[in-house]
Amino acid sequence: MSRKMISGEKPPQELHPMDWWLRSERMPHIWCAGCGIGSTLYAWARALDSVGIDKEKVVYVSGIGCCGRGSGYLDVDGFHTTHGRAIPFAIGIKLVKPDLCVNVISGDGDLFSIGGNHFIHACRRNVDLLVICTNNFIYGMTGGQLAATTPLGDYSTTTPYGNIEPPFNTPHLADASGAVYVARWTSIHVRLLEKSIAEALRMKGFRYIEVLSPCPVNYGRRNRLREVDDIAKWFWKSSVIKHGADTSEVQIEKGKPLILGNFVKREKKLSYYEELKKLEEKVKRAAEAEK
Amino acid sequence: MGKTVLTGKHFWYGNIAIAEGAIAAGCRFFAGYPITPASEIAEHISKRFPEIGGIFIQFEDELAAMAAILGASWAGAKSMTSTSGPGFSLMVENFGLGVMMEVPTVVVNIQRGGPSTGLPTLTAQGDVMQAKWGSHGQYEVIALSPDSPQEAFDLTIRCFNLAEKYRVPVILLASETVGHSAGKVVVPPEDEIELIDRKKPTVPPEEYLSYMPDEDLIPPMALAGEGYAVCTTGLTHDEKGYPDISAEAQEKLVRRLNDKIRKHLEEIVDVEEENMEDAKIAVVSYGQVSRPAKRAVKMAREEGIKVGSIKLITVWPFAENVIRKWAKQVELFVVPELNYGQIYLEVKREAAGDAETVLVPRMGGRLITPQEIYQEIKKVSEK
Repeated sequence: MSRKMISGEKPPQELHPMDWWLRSERMPHIWCAGCGIGSTLYAWARALDSVGIDKEKVVYVSGIGCCGRGSGYLDVDGFHTTHGRAIPFAIGIKLVKPDLCVNVISGDGDLFSIGGNHFIHACRRNVDLLVICTNNFIYGMTGGQLAATTPLGDYSTTTPYGNIEPPFNTPHLADASGAVYVARWTSIHVRLLEKSIAEALRMKGFRYIEVLSPCPVNYGRRNRLREVDDIAKWFWKSSVIKHGADTSEVQIEKGKPLILGNFVKREKKLSYYEELKKLEEKVKRAAEAEK
Repeated sequence: MGKTVLTGKHFWYGNIAIAEGAIAAGCRFFAGYPITPASEIAEHISKRFPEIGGIFIQFEDELAAMAAILGASWAGAKSMTSTSGPGFSLMVENFGLGVMMEVPTVVVNIQRGGPSTGLPTLTAQGDVMQAKWGSHGQYEVIALSPDSPQEAFDLTIRCFNLAEKYRVPVILLASETVGHSAGKVVVPPEDEIELIDRKKPTVPPEEYLSYMPDEDLIPPMALAGEGYAVCTTGLTHDEKGYPDISAEAQEKLVRRLNDKIRKHLEEIVDVEEENMEDAKIAVVSYGQVSRPAKRAVKMAREEGIKVGSIKLITVWPFAENVIRKWAKQVELFVVPELNYGQIYLEVKREAAGDAETVLVPRMGGRLITPQEIYQEIKKVSEK
């Protein structure tokens, strides 16, 4: 079932309530057992429902990688773009149609390696986007290479002797660059993640949520987290919820607590679009004064 | 609201004419990144857009600018970016996405000397083959090349119309000497400017398939937020827009993406022919080199040399039928270019077996003079 229902109609009884959001004819999806992308999208769709956003107004932009494929599975306007460029593509849509709810959901490699520059500048401009990063610490789609988020010492197919590069602390990066909402959850904290996404959906400006997400196949198996639920167990045992935590202190380090929570909320800052409209008014007033 | 179409006579730089041409064509979204010698386009638009309700945004790089104009087009705006060679090299990534997603948009390349940083402030025509082949994979491209501020204005409008009609990113392939020469530009009344808009779906959302083409091979385009659940990807895809990474899907899609241009060559290709009736020699040129080329033809005609001029307005798709036709009549084509032989190769290929082809190359930095082209015409006419 793709777009066979007009929004406002109730889904038929036999469907799972979330099927309303899916292009069911595209199932099964490509994701592996134990992957956290599905739960993240589930939390996102539930949050959209809970906030009451019209499905026709929802835009899902993704980049390249495992998570990039998500935009083709949800029954919304879906744009599967190039590697790293989901954010500027989404900015183009949002600025032209500011009434749309534009979301970028992509992976850590896409958003923070090849797309890192676009991420920080989008934060700085405070463009109206919700950006969700499913961070699985690795390049999953290409077979398990080092990412900008791989913890120190971890193994990947391109760090066969262990990683020597410190990873990005992505909530800190977003915070320092000016994002108005910054949170971190994991894909096993589905309810809390949903609440956080709903909170972010109600705000304007650049909102960022990092979702730590298991990749048993390409991250876990090279890092002593081989079983399908090993990473989920690590998340469960090590996570500590600390709302409002100083983002400079939430770096992910193996053997240390994983700090989760809603870290940053800046409500008074005008979004890029609001600034743009202000500017237009100023230009108009100046033109009228000249007459 | 400020005036959108500045009807009347102006004395404009080519770059200003391009910006005003875009505005007259209905462009209301511009994303760019500063680069010499194209920056005046972005600067002018940044001043004009707030007056007329357009959106100007300067991005962190050309990768982002190109991605943003695609997104803007999906939201329904006529969009544009402008750059020069180094920036175009970055844009080809998402230019390919525009081809694959079939997105109407316009990319202006004010060519400067290359390779690499090359001659930032000086002219060249070195990006002709890059315009055609810059992004990976097989695709056809439409690129128009203006020779003056007036033509820069006119062809910018035509670029938008072609982009909308064929659902492709279209290139305005200008050069520094066009961007930075001032000249008279006549802007017609708004109602005399013919504008084309992309085809919209005529079926309800439940029957709409994102990539089901009509007979002309072009699929109608639903926009973001219209309830059609647009599904689009840079991956090889089927008519629904769903990824289908099979040889069969590739065969079908890539053939159609190319054929939607190839099968409309008659409508797209545009050349200007002068003095060709009895010509034994034809000078083939494009962009600002067309001006010294025409002058050289005039000088040679005064000497009694039977020479004519073929000016390519569409550099791509290449005017292959035109060259093949004249190759039966002329003995020789002379191709002056600000590079070491790019369109020359196309002319030579089409003329092969019927006529010779001679290249008059300059690597850029300055225009070729009429005298230089004239000397070449004289030399070959004496053979």
